[in-house]
Amino acid sequence: MSLMSLTAVALGKKIKAGEVSVTEAVQAALDAAAAKEEKVNGFVTVDGERALERAEKVQEGIRKGVYDSPLAGVPVAVKDNMCTRGLLTTCSSKILGNFVPTYTAEAVANLERAGAVVMGKTNMDEFAMGSTTETSAYGATRNPWNGEHVPGGSSGGSCAAVAAEECSYALGSDTGGSIRQPSSFCGVTGLKPTYGTVSRYGLIAYGSSLDQIGPVAKDVTDCATILEAIASHDAKDSTSVERKDYDFAAALSEDVRGMKIGIPRDYLGEGLDGEVRDSIMAAAKVLEEKGALVEEFDLSLVEYAIPAYYVIACAEASSNLARFDGVKYGYRTTDYEGLHNMYKKSRSEGFGPEAKRRIMLGSFVLSSGYYDAYYLKALRTKALIKQAFDKAFSQYDLILGPAAPTTAPRLGESLSDPIKMYLGDIYTVSVNLAGLPGISLPCGLDSKGLPIGLQLIGDCFQEKKIIRAAYAFEQTREYQHSPLA
Amino acid sequence: MRQYETVIGLEVHVELATKTKIFCGCSTEFGGEPNSHTCPVCTGMPGSLPVLNKQVVEYAIAVGLATNCTITQNCKFDRKNYFYPDNPQNYQISQLYLPICRDGGIEIALENGEKKTIGIHEIHMEEDAGKLIHDEWGENSMVDFNRSGVPLIEIVSEPDMRSGEEVVAYLDKLRMIIQYLGASDCKLQEGSMRADVNLSVREVGAEEFGTRTEMKNLNSFKAIQRAIEAERERQIDLIESGEKVVQETRRWDDNKEYSYAMRSKEDAQDYRYFPEPDLVPVVISDQWLQEIRDRQPELRAEKLERYKSEFKIPDYDAGIITAHKKLADIFEETTAICHLPKKVSNWLMGETMRLLKEHEMEAEELSFSPENLAKLILLVEDRAINNSVAKEVFEKIFGENADPERYVEEHGLKTVADDGALRATIEKIVSENPQSVEDYRNGKKKAIGFLVGQTMKATQGKADPGMVNQILAELLQ
Amino acid sequence: MANIISDETIEYVGILAKLELDGQEKEQAKKDMGEMLDYIDQLNELDTSGVEPMSHVFPVNNVFREDEVTNGDGRDATLENAPERKEDAFVVPKTI
Repeated sequence: MSLMSLTAVALGKKIKAGEVSVTEAVQAALDAAAAKEEKVNGFVTVDGERALERAEKVQEGIRKGVYDSPLAGVPVAVKDNMCTRGLLTTCSSKILGNFVPTYTAEAVANLERAGAVVMGKTNMDEFAMGSTTETSAYGATRNPWNGEHVPGGSSGGSCAAVAAEECSYALGSDTGGSIRQPSSFCGVTGLKPTYGTVSRYGLIAYGSSLDQIGPVAKDVTDCATILEAIASHDAKDSTSVERKDYDFAAALSEDVRGMKIGIPRDYLGEGLDGEVRDSIMAAAKVLEEKGALVEEFDLSLVEYAIPAYYVIACAEASSNLARFDGVKYGYRTTDYEGLHNMYKKSRSEGFGPEAKRRIMLGSFVLSSGYYDAYYLKALRTKALIKQAFDKAFSQYDLILGPAAPTTAPRLGESLSDPIKMYLGDIYTVSVNLAGLPGISLPCGLDSKGLPIGLQLIGDCFQEKKIIRAAYAFEQTREYQHSPLA
Repeated sequence: MRQYETVIGLEVHVELATKTKIFCGCSTEFGGEPNSHTCPVCTGMPGSLPVLNKQVVEYAIAVGLATNCTITQNCKFDRKNYFYPDNPQNYQISQLYLPICRDGGIEIALENGEKKTIGIHEIHMEEDAGKLIHDEWGENSMVDFNRSGVPLIEIVSEPDMRSGEEVVAYLDKLRMIIQYLGASDCKLQEGSMRADVNLSVREVGAEEFGTRTEMKNLNSFKAIQRAIEAERERQIDLIESGEKVVQETRRWDDNKEYSYAMRSKEDAQDYRYFPEPDLVPVVISDQWLQEIRDRQPELRAEKLERYKSEFKIPDYDAGIITAHKKLADIFEETTAICHLPKKVSNWLMGETMRLLKEHEMEAEELSFSPENLAKLILLVEDRAINNSVAKEVFEKIFGENADPERYVEEHGLKTVADDGALRATIEKIVSENPQSVEDYRNGKKKAIGFLVGQTMKATQGKADPGMVNQILAELLQ
Repeated sequence: MANIISDETIEYVGILAKLELDGQEKEQAKKDMGEMLDYIDQLNELDTSGVEPMSHVFPVNNVFREDEVTNGDGRDATLENAPERKEDAFVVPKTI
């Protein structure tokens, strides 16, 4: 049995106890990746040499007592939209195909301060724009449960790598569901923290007001432990929030007695796959049996979240991605006449179709004459959605629902109809609009043998409630390893 | 012939005197190798994020208060999107929807003695762009981001000015206020103060404004006046010949005294402003506002009154000295050392002004130290040198900040104060010029002037004229 | 389809976004953008009068830096990824 079948915390314990060396752990991850990448394509970059060198330093640090985190020495895979000094960071785009950052994202730096070993960078939808990891310039990632299916996205590489056990855990980012939806499709656990909890410094922005970094792992204990390591108040990120409750692992208890959990009726209607519905309702029942009070309620406005999200995210993206112009870094076209032709050709050749689609839409909704009708309208809708959640959380501790309406679709099925693909985000995007924390954890398999994810949503800064309920639910079942594990 | 009125509004960019850039800890110092004052934030590296420099907000508020603006107590930043290589993110962080100051105005004095208030529409904070260096013969331009992210305020006036004279008076006043606040050095030549001119013409008596153009690249007061004159003529010519003025941005070439339109198919001028998601709102409490108000340095009017009462210098002197912050600073510092305010004032209003004019310099460019001026004044006061020597020495102070004591010593310019030696010299002159002595004694008192002149000549100008007169008077008794 | 995207609009957005689409891409973009805008137009069903547009979810404000120099010479890092450089500057096609 590979060391990669252990949870991150379990492996960390063995390393701490001296039963396993850091080099052995890292080598196990590298071996697994070498064996499975052909089938998974979860990574854009695996840097074994760098990881093994780092492993020795961490081992030394553990011996000296510099690193005493539960994650010290445990190999991690980082989504390729987080800057890593000296390590290629592409956002799965051709336009950053040769970009080697000169600094490290704060979340990754926090992990490294805890003694983590970054083994490589995971595949994603180009600039996190997509729900399938098929828009990557470096090939689609495949679902470890069934290679004919997508892993979800945009953190599909991170979730597939964890499910395929090519790493102990991974970091993802979530702008409209990009951690929770692929976690659901890959049968792993992914947590999107409250906006501002994890520094965005060094995260290559897609939708700045929505982006959050979070953990992807085998279980809730890992997620809580990783969140504790990556969360910080960072003076380099003006939207970073100072919190007093960074001890997320302290919430790992089975107790959900008296917790009030609401299920939005709006989440259970048209579009939701029957098997997914049954599985979610069964999970709710489990929590009820453990002492939670579960009831259905009307959240409202659910159908407006996606259009509002696409206006806001694309508008921000059109501006955030303007910096990729062939002047300072990244791809520059070889053949051009004059400045503007250089800009246009570099960008048109460097960005893929989905990125272009969203940049065009975002530029349009901000352009003269449309700003009020589209952008301000979306921001007003966002305010109403936030109010709807505020009302819900005045009654419930948590909201429970599916992470996605279906299990993982087949490769190639989604991209032909963008709006249909966007509709897959219906249960996740409103959480980003309102800045809320949410988790997706496995709650069963459908008849095709594909994982189903249970989503728990908390009010702002209520990660601990999420962790408690998710942990309680998780105690009732065994972790199911993917066939590729 | 129809009579036309010129309507002018200004957009003035002022670089603030902070130590660091607006959104990162890079130095704002001038010079330095290209791209040496840069970091991921001010070069638009992927993943970098801005954090606002508090001092920028405080300077902007100070300028707003001094120009009678209302401070927006809940203000925000917006992104202005456009592609240009000096703009590393291809958006500029600026303020459109909620600028920090609004609805102010300053009073200007015109040459005919009239006073007029020029309205200030708004003041907003923003970041400066980098610098493009053009390779004259090659096909490339070079980009240096050292200036990228240097904090600016943009002061947007109402279209209240009607002539080049009013524009210059407004800019002068604005510059004086900002310099007094210490918020910027406001040097037009170095670009720390830049003005874009919005100009339209209309027939006298018309209520509607004409179509305006925006003129950029104006690097001196003279260029501004020339550009205004030329643009006024250009617009009137268009109207007279039945053509229309096109709303556009034009670039002034001061060498050719001509402007040309900066039009380009690739330049849509649609900036797609939206709230900057990476920065949080700036909330300015009453208390914070009061603290800034309390710290506000003395401005010109207060200084002028104080100079009259504390230093007992005439209204006229105080007016000239306080017209430039730099002169006022030199005045106060020099007076603090030598305690002779009227003498200091005389040097500033007389020789200093004369030399500034002679060298076509601005008062801001004065570089001598108050210590040296004070030493000079004390040398004269102690009669160690006479006035004509003092003027010569002052030119050295003005030009190269020479130490007057050392200069006088090295060049042997000390007044021949030795009574005996001087007396001997004068006795000799008296004996050599019996005609003049006789004339004097016969009542031609002017004859003494010749003898004084001869004495000064003999002493190479170093004799103290007072003492020469005194000794002569004795000898001729 | 309620939103018909014209060639001019795609051209104009291309100038704003600095993207140049070939014939087929252009047709696809017109179709996609039209459909997306139709979809987004359902927001008009929602009465948002009197609702303040919300850009930040939390009432966090006044996050500042002190005016102290913290960065040294950043030249090497800044230029490390430059597609084209000359000495210590980035090179771009002539801008005037």
